[in-house]
Amino acid sequence: MPEPDVAPTLDFRREGSGSLLLVLAGPWLMKAGPPDFCTLDKELQGGGVTRLAFDSQGLTGWDSGLMTFVLKCNDYAAEHDIELDYSGLPEGACGLMKLATAVPEKKDAARGEVSRSLFYHLGSQSIQLIEEARDILTFIGEAAIAFGRFCTGRARFRWRDLWVIVQQTGAEALPIVALISFLVGLILAYVGAVQLQRFGATIYVADLVGLAMVREMGAMMTAIVMCGRTGAAFAAQLGTMKVSEEIDALKTLGISPMEFLVLPRMIALCTMLPLLALFADFIGIIGGLVVSVATLDITFQQYVNRTVTSIDIPNFMTGIIKAIVFGVLVAATGCLRGMQSGSSSAAVGIAATSAVVTGITCIIVADAIFAVLFNIIGL
Amino acid sequence: MSDTTASPPPKIRVENLTMAYGSFVVMNDLNFDINKGEIFIIMGGSGCGKSTLLKHLIGLKDPAQGEVFYDGNNFTLAEDEEKLLMLQKFGVLYQGGALWSSMTLAENVGLPLGEFTRLSQKEIRDIATLKLALVGLRGFEDFYPSEISGGMRKRAGLARAMALDPEVLFFDEPSAGLDPISSRRLDDLILELRDSLGATVVVVTHELASIFAIADKAIFLDADTRRQGAIGNPHDLRDQTENLAVRTFLRRGEEEASQT
Repeated sequence: MPEPDVAPTLDFRREGSGSLLLVLAGPWLMKAGPPDFCTLDKELQGGGVTRLAFDSQGLTGWDSGLMTFVLKCNDYAAEHDIELDYSGLPEGACGLMKLATAVPEKKDAARGEVSRSLFYHLGSQSIQLIEEARDILTFIGEAAIAFGRFCTGRARFRWRDLWVIVQQTGAEALPIVALISFLVGLILAYVGAVQLQRFGATIYVADLVGLAMVREMGAMMTAIVMCGRTGAAFAAQLGTMKVSEEIDALKTLGISPMEFLVLPRMIALCTMLPLLALFADFIGIIGGLVVSVATLDITFQQYVNRTVTSIDIPNFMTGIIKAIVFGVLVAATGCLRGMQSGSSSAAVGIAATSAVVTGITCIIVADAIFAVLFNIIGL
Repeated sequence: MSDTTASPPPKIRVENLTMAYGSFVVMNDLNFDINKGEIFIIMGGSGCGKSTLLKHLIGLKDPAQGEVFYDGNNFTLAEDEEKLLMLQKFGVLYQGGALWSSMTLAENVGLPLGEFTRLSQKEIRDIATLKLALVGLRGFEDFYPSEISGGMRKRAGLARAMALDPEVLFFDEPSAGLDPISSRRLDDLILELRDSLGATVVVVTHELASIFAIADKAIFLDADTRRQGAIGNPHDLRDQTENLAVRTFLRRGEEEASQT
């Protein structure tokens, strides 16, 4: 154990005919912080040095701290045509230097920062965008073909897989969907109550909560929860299967991963999401009911009556249609990102993240399009 | 290495195959034949494109140039239906086994049978049990891949590769991650399969012991020149070839050491 107050030192001794002897003393350890190479650089600036040698008599310890210094000496010597004599170094250090210099530095392998022009970036980004778009189109096309084969009963997948996925995406999602939609209903009721109380129209809280849940929030909140829960899971599952070559194994058996893996996931989510949205509508309305009955002067019966009269079938259908489309979007983005995943564990993480981001973006954009569309056709 | 005329076409023929990832060329201009019943080794240093060549042979990657033929039929340009028929004659053992993790071993082995034959569930189960028994995994039918060791997963992968009694078996680094004894057993298994099934076997490996133990013929992929080195029996190559890279590889670098 070297004493902490002893610092490594570096001295220079000139020995006739341009030879410079580096006298190393003390502990040359990484944690002790060996002398900086600059001091040697300064000494060499004087010029006239043609040979470097080491004297390590006073060295009390060494590790990679010494080696990095010697390697720098080596590089410097090679650059300035100076002869380097390792013989004065400890025996082990000599051996390590031999290893480090055995394979010459591969100059073209080092990756420097290459500055590129704006046009280069613009071009490569555009190419990337086009490729991305083509990937997505290919995926949609293949998914459509797979669905077509399913409709004609020729798709090959295991029904058991479908039921397992239905359970995972449907029944097992009930608690979280219930919690989120109950709270959303509750929030809507509070926000509405504050405003409506000023007009003495608190009974309309029931309309507000009912319509908002059925038309918008039920489908959208369910879709967002499912995107984070199931979309990410799909991407991670498929990505992992890609890493472990399971997808390759399917392909070489002539089984289309699109039918075998993607199709059951799409079908499961497209059927489960509307059902979950329906459930969310119901729970959300209960959330509004609880607030109304507890804090406003509304009875249970009044609230229920008001809700039933305010929601009609078209309102109801808009929510369900949205939920079906959201189901397609969540399943497609999850599977797409999973199938696009690279073959490393980092890539799987990226795929899962990207599935959630793409999924939520698609949901919101689709919802906006629906809002405009439904307005035009007057629903 | 027979050049007899009018003989049946080789089991696998590779013509002018150039492999590339985008603009990065992995190997140029590969040409070789693999005859029926042969154990053919694809060898070379790490990262030279051995596994990539395997992916080209089984259709997971499309060649940048050139073609692959099976029994004289063009595999590269085959239509989907035709390709599907050709694929059913392959069995592939992937590096980590690549078992489908949501299925038991018996289901893994049974899936290709269920897809491509008209056997009943019970018959499929019987065949799966047999194939698993062949690789020493009798009694593990209802285990999931995550419940067994890496070596067992590899053997189960082999059972699945053999499910359809394939004419060509491909192995991607069979001995990677196995201890010497398991690796030796796998070699024996490969020899046994070739002899009893008459299958053609293509193995990607850089394990010298395996290469000398099982190979009839081997191709060396030279990472420096990006071309094929030599083709032939590895014993002959070691003693006779004039290609320094091949000789050095087959002697574990001793050639190089003795020269410098």
